[in-house]
Amino acid sequence: MQHLVPRRPGGGLARGVPAVLSVVSTFVIWEIYVRLSGISPLVLPAPSRVLDQMVLNSAFLWDNTLPTVKATLAGFALSLTIAFALSIVLDFMPRIRRALFPIFVVSQTLPLVAIAPLVVLWFGFELTPKILLVALVTFFPMLVALVDGYESTDEEIQALLRSMGATRATVFRAARLPSAMPYFFAGLRISVTYAVVATIFAEYVGARAGLGIVILNAKNSFRPDLVLAAVVISSALTLILFALTALLQKLVLGWREAGGGQ
Amino acid sequence: MSVLSMQQVGITLGDRSVLDDISLHIEQGEFVSILGPSGAGKSTIFRLLTGALRHDRGTITCDGLPLDQSPHGFAFMPQRDALMPWRRILDNVTLGLEVRGMPRKVARAQVQPLLAEFGLSGFERHYPAQLSGGMRQRAALLRTIVQARPVQLLDEPFGALDALTRTQMQTWFEARWQAARWTTLLVTHDVREAVALSDRIYVLSPRPARVIAEIQVPDARPRLGRPASADAHALEAHLLDILLNRTGDQS
Repeated sequence: MQHLVPRRPGGGLARGVPAVLSVVSTFVIWEIYVRLSGISPLVLPAPSRVLDQMVLNSAFLWDNTLPTVKATLAGFALSLTIAFALSIVLDFMPRIRRALFPIFVVSQTLPLVAIAPLVVLWFGFELTPKILLVALVTFFPMLVALVDGYESTDEEIQALLRSMGATRATVFRAARLPSAMPYFFAGLRISVTYAVVATIFAEYVGARAGLGIVILNAKNSFRPDLVLAAVVISSALTLILFALTALLQKLVLGWREAGGGQ
Repeated sequence: MSVLSMQQVGITLGDRSVLDDISLHIEQGEFVSILGPSGAGKSTIFRLLTGALRHDRGTITCDGLPLDQSPHGFAFMPQRDALMPWRRILDNVTLGLEVRGMPRKVARAQVQPLLAEFGLSGFERHYPAQLSGGMRQRAALLRTIVQARPVQLLDEPFGALDALTRTQMQTWFEARWQAARWTTLLVTHDVREAVALSDRIYVLSPRPARVIAEIQVPDARPRLGRPASADAHALEAHLLDILLNRTGDQS
């Protein structure tokens, strides 16, 4: 079943060259366009101006990045813990799985635009509503990945373990959990890309500080350069989280990289 | 006393009778094969013995005790090697010992001296995907043997290998078996394999399975690695005839 989960694209500097080129050329074209057209920086600031503003406002941006990072990590940690614990419960109790799964699916259909203000209304402007919203958004892909991953376990391996006298718990620990890991990392990669965006949205709806507040205030004072500066930081945060999951995957799924030799 | 004995065992799954009347026995140090057409219910017998299923009729005893009172009498080797791709070869081989609660260190020490005999030394730290089909099969066999259970259950252990590797593995296995005399029950649909490896062969009818013939194989060992005897050829032809025509024995 492993072929259902794509392998992490291999490293190698050569493979990164096209990506870097396309990103760099996008910014170059953008810069050239802004300079030649003379368009107002109040409508479309050049990348160089965004960069200048980031340097000028670095202390201010840093102060607002920290709350976002904090909320993202806390929310993600909460979501990861719940997804893992719940996936184990669901795996051992299929009845509960059938009872609860529809609720989880419905939780994913709720529009964030509607839910975020309510959560802020109920839990205030502090950290709690952000953590909850991040958890709500990121928890489902990880839970589904884990539950599907357990189900993907090779029946013959489980029969073998039972023939050895293994208990249900041993079968889970020795076969089902490791079988789910490739699926889990596929889910984790999806979740992690949602996490920062969800935090920023929650801040946008109501917070005292954070990148979402920077974007809100900058937009209201006609400062697209600062909006874009916040966007750059949020992208960077997501990329860092993504890289961390890739690193973790390499550590946990080392056996998949080793495969296929000889 | 027989190490394993099945008396008039039958099982019905849903409304399909899978095993009708299976009576067989294995003695200490004996190599017994169950030969039957595909889908006859050969693997179902193993599922009964490993506790994955319960029989409806008849009795199964292991060392004279009913099956449920001697629950771990069997070491099972499934059709495909069922090696865990995330465990190194050494850790795959020790799996049965670890499940039984043996500390990993002790299990490893116990397995270590056997690796060379099974052609796996130098590959302990490899993952299964890095090994050839024959090596994987030897690892799966070693994982079965180290459990030191009274009876080895082998479910078409060489069925998934290419013809050349299969012949090599059978020859290697015969030599190992001659040295160790593991009490073995082999399930196969390969007539030549059954004749080459067994002391005795039970032939099953198609579903619902009954034992339609029990045949002794008197040929001297080793039988592989040299031209098959005329007796062996005659026996193979006889078994094929039974399997293809089921003459006379059908009620």
